[in-house]
Amino acid sequence: MCGIAGVIHRDGTADVGAELTAMLQSMKHRGPDSTGYAVYGPADDLVVIRFVLAEPNKSTGFGMEERLERNRAEVESRLAKIGAEVATVTSDTGYAFRATIRYGGDLKALADYLEDVPGCEVLSLGSSLEIIKDLGDAETVSGQYNLGSFQGTHGIGHVRMATESEVDLASAHPYWAYPFADVAVVHNGQLTNYHQWRRRLEQHGHRFQSECDSEIIAVYLAEYMARGLSLETAMKHSLDDLDGVFTYVCVTGNELGIAKDEMAAKPLVLFESDPLVAVATEEVAIRAVVKREVETRDPYEREVLVWQV
Amino acid sequence: MPGSGSRSGVSYDARGLVEPHADMPDNIEVDGGRARFDAADLTIRQINMALRKLIYNDGVTDVTVLNPSSKHSLAVGILKRCRIHFEGSPGWFACGLIDGPEVTINGRVGWSVAENMMSGVVTIERSAGSLTGAAIRGGDLIVKGDVGARTGIDQKGGTIIVTGNVGINTGFMMQRGRQIICGNAGMNLGDSMYDGAIYVAGTVRSLGVDCVPGEWTDADTELIERKFRIHGLGDPPEFQKFVCGKQLHNYDALEPSERKLVIH
Repeated sequence: MCGIAGVIHRDGTADVGAELTAMLQSMKHRGPDSTGYAVYGPADDLVVIRFVLAEPNKSTGFGMEERLERNRAEVESRLAKIGAEVATVTSDTGYAFRATIRYGGDLKALADYLEDVPGCEVLSLGSSLEIIKDLGDAETVSGQYNLGSFQGTHGIGHVRMATESEVDLASAHPYWAYPFADVAVVHNGQLTNYHQWRRRLEQHGHRFQSECDSEIIAVYLAEYMARGLSLETAMKHSLDDLDGVFTYVCVTGNELGIAKDEMAAKPLVLFESDPLVAVATEEVAIRAVVKREVETRDPYEREVLVWQV
Repeated sequence: MPGSGSRSGVSYDARGLVEPHADMPDNIEVDGGRARFDAADLTIRQINMALRKLIYNDGVTDVTVLNPSSKHSLAVGILKRCRIHFEGSPGWFACGLIDGPEVTINGRVGWSVAENMMSGVVTIERSAGSLTGAAIRGGDLIVKGDVGARTGIDQKGGTIIVTGNVGINTGFMMQRGRQIICGNAGMNLGDSMYDGAIYVAGTVRSLGVDCVPGEWTDADTELIERKFRIHGLGDPPEFQKFVCGKQLHNYDALEPSERKLVIH
């Protein structure tokens, strides 16, 4: 049992970090193990990289501080070697980092080169996407990463109750659609043809950060969008190709989409107004951002909906 | 002591952990047999404590709850005849396991409203989520809007009326009772049903396994007209009737007491 949420403001930026935190905290009962965000700030000519150099529960201990510092220096060195001009590198935790760079090259090559550094995992890459995830509930993670002041147009979030894999960052949502910039997914459900699709996508050169079935959706959508399909069309294809029970929310640099499997087995509630669309596993999360009685609905089976900023 | 309230007003949840906001709310207005309170700033525990105290201890028979704010599990397990009004939308599992109350919800509800209802009436003025009326055994459940998937799954009695559309697997494995759907029905209507009847006024996307069109009788007309009249739903539209084809399960015409034990 997990909880997913998403908001998109169609009339400009808003307190997306605080909104998602309120939504996710209201669904803490659905998953207290980890919380994740994929949020979109204003895009500029810098590439934003979110990466970690260690799992939170393995980031301390003998020599770890020096190792993290050494690996951070190695990341910066590799950024320079691959031709990226580093603008900023900051860290809120000592193991999770945010870098902004000027870089016009191949993002897949960049991600692969950085992930060759011991312990390095690229959480997100893009001109506006930032994936932040850590252990604990939404208020804990938001406080750690100062998300309360994050301004953006849209974002998604996830609270996780670990059932089939570890309580760690690799298994926490959202998942970035490596190597496709600015695409991320959160998912509630189980995919039963995970191994089949993982083998197929690995044969196409994709790599996976986790053993979590949800990551398939992000990479699957990236694969189809790389072939020129729109987000909506790729999502519609996914309803035929992905087997199991699932509801997922996907975001790109300017879109937010939802998809429900053909059994409509997993919950999702939708609130739509002209300036704001909010989706969540439970109504109580919608009410966390819309503080009044509103009309909401459960999308039906095989429904795919996409909204633009 | 875990599992119950203590004299100090502290209570404990099912895990034995202290419930931090379990004091009886102090904003309840009582006027004879009527009461009302604003639930906006109350916890689920507080709202249910207030309802139970008013109905069971204080002899109140008509309670209005303002601003339920989509909180879960409200008015569950009320086993007494009374009236409860929600001004706003409760969340999931509202009015489950009730036996007797007449509930009106001036809002929307989340998943599993009136699950396992024994008797009473629950009227929802707007839409409802999935699993509406799951396993209800009696009473009337009226939704004046659309509902999600699996309405009346495992229904064992009672009547579910939906003035809008219903989703996939409506009436899945229903065993008895009636569903009256004024809008369209999604895929697999009445899949694996044992008994009961489903009336649909709109289109049916597909019938489930062993669900077949049924023969219309005067009793069907009487039932629908009576339910529409009782609940003030206006003139009923024209319905198609769907029932169990009796091909899927191994039916036995004998009552349980008439069955004989066969020893091989």
